[in-house]
Amino acid sequence: MNQPQQFRKVYVEVQLTVSPEGDVRPNTIKFEDGTVYAIDRLRHRCRAHATKVGGTGVRYTVVIRGQETYLFEDDGKWFVEARGNVGC
Amino acid sequence: MDRTILHCDMNNFYASVECMLNPKLKGHPVAVGGDVENRHGIILAKNYEAKKFGIQTGEALWQAKQKCRNLIIVPPHYEEYLKYSRLAHSIYEDYTDLIEPYGMDEVWLDITGSTKLFGNGEKVANELRERIKFELGLTISVGVSFCKVFAKLGSDLKKPDAVTVIPKDSFREVIWNLPASDLLGVGRSTDKFLSSHGIHTIGELANAYPDLIQRKLGKNGMMLLAFANGKDRSRVAPQDYEPPMKSVGHGITTVQDLENNAEVWNIILALTQDIGHKLRVYNKNAAGVAIYIRYIQDKQLGGKQWQCQLPVRTHSAAIIAREAYQLFERSYRWEFPIRSVTVRAINLCSQDLPEQLQFFSDAAAVERKEKLETVIEEIRGRFGKYAIQPACLCQDIKMPTDREVELRMPTGMIG
Repeated sequence: MNQPQQFRKVYVEVQLTVSPEGDVRPNTIKFEDGTVYAIDRLRHRCRAHATKVGGTGVRYTVVIRGQETYLFEDDGKWFVEARGNVGC
Repeated sequence: MDRTILHCDMNNFYASVECMLNPKLKGHPVAVGGDVENRHGIILAKNYEAKKFGIQTGEALWQAKQKCRNLIIVPPHYEEYLKYSRLAHSIYEDYTDLIEPYGMDEVWLDITGSTKLFGNGEKVANELRERIKFELGLTISVGVSFCKVFAKLGSDLKKPDAVTVIPKDSFREVIWNLPASDLLGVGRSTDKFLSSHGIHTIGELANAYPDLIQRKLGKNGMMLLAFANGKDRSRVAPQDYEPPMKSVGHGITTVQDLENNAEVWNIILALTQDIGHKLRVYNKNAAGVAIYIRYIQDKQLGGKQWQCQLPVRTHSAAIIAREAYQLFERSYRWEFPIRSVTVRAINLCSQDLPEQLQFFSDAAAVERKEKLETVIEEIRGRFGKYAIQPACLCQDIKMPTDREVELRMPTGMIG
């Protein structure tokens, strides 16, 4: 039987560009294992609930290596919904 | 002109926030329970799965566990509840500035002025419901009506995640058959009185003899009669409205029952330290003091309350403590050990208000005490709350550990 996919909240280091108008654009994400992922595109930004791992924040819909994913900012901390149960 | 009032109620707020923050809890019976060690071991909130087992808010944790062995009890996280309450408020702010909170999880909105911009009450209610679900992962029930009381009633009718409209032209058909106890302001004793006079529904209350209601329930009874007839005219307070402060109080449940006067004195003295500080911060003097004592009588929580006037208006913690203790000493008969003590400074007025001195009261002594406490306050301001305190409070006085988050209790502008 297929187990439902597990997700966990992983706080990440993010490199940002802040425009003079105050607009924030994330450029790269440094994952917990040290891998740095460049954000190719920023598609959308809105406040949303993180349905897979719980909590809420400003949700950035980003494209990384052709895959669409979400990056959340909550009270100045950034997190992603990572697959797998390790270290939970 | 008819108003459009919304009442938004966040469903099972504490439990919903816990389940939203930890999705693994979803689908399981979950309750938020108080701290057992500090004897707050009761159910504070529960989700719908726990409700199916008959678990009730306010019952002891062990009783709840007996009803549902798999019940997951999580400790409360007040900072998170405050955060999500604030976030919900920021969503409401997109529609109106007339936002009146009723506790942390309930709110009235008057959107009369913005219906041309956002659509009618039902449309806005549905939009709010959807937005709070999408943005915060929480559900709300919304009541839409032309007055606050019916809006509140509406939000209680359908739960969770629902909108109920009570229109002005047909409210009688919608609500007159509901039990009178559903109406805001009808508590347990009022309901008992109404039932004993054959008044069981809101419709029966609406058509009751005003003379009878006036005679037996006074001004509040007449207010309920007006509510039942849809004549509630109370405003929704503007967002920045601060209700006038009527009292400053502090109460605790002790870690063990108190058994003699000396123990009660220690608790009263500890409680009044905070009261004195708050009176200073708010620039208020108290003209009276009230105490509320709770005890266990036949396995039920009982309580008694007394109050008295102070000879001279003051914000001195020591004087308020002494008066509260003397009031306790002459009022309490020690039939049962004491479980919780609350002290309140009442009849507040500004410290700048002149006062007519009495011939037999020693205003100079009060002033001396206040000056001494000003110095104590300064020391505490510089070196911390516990840098200086009465010697008798340095021992174990059965006080629970401090609660970090200050909670504001519901305020209402009904009536």
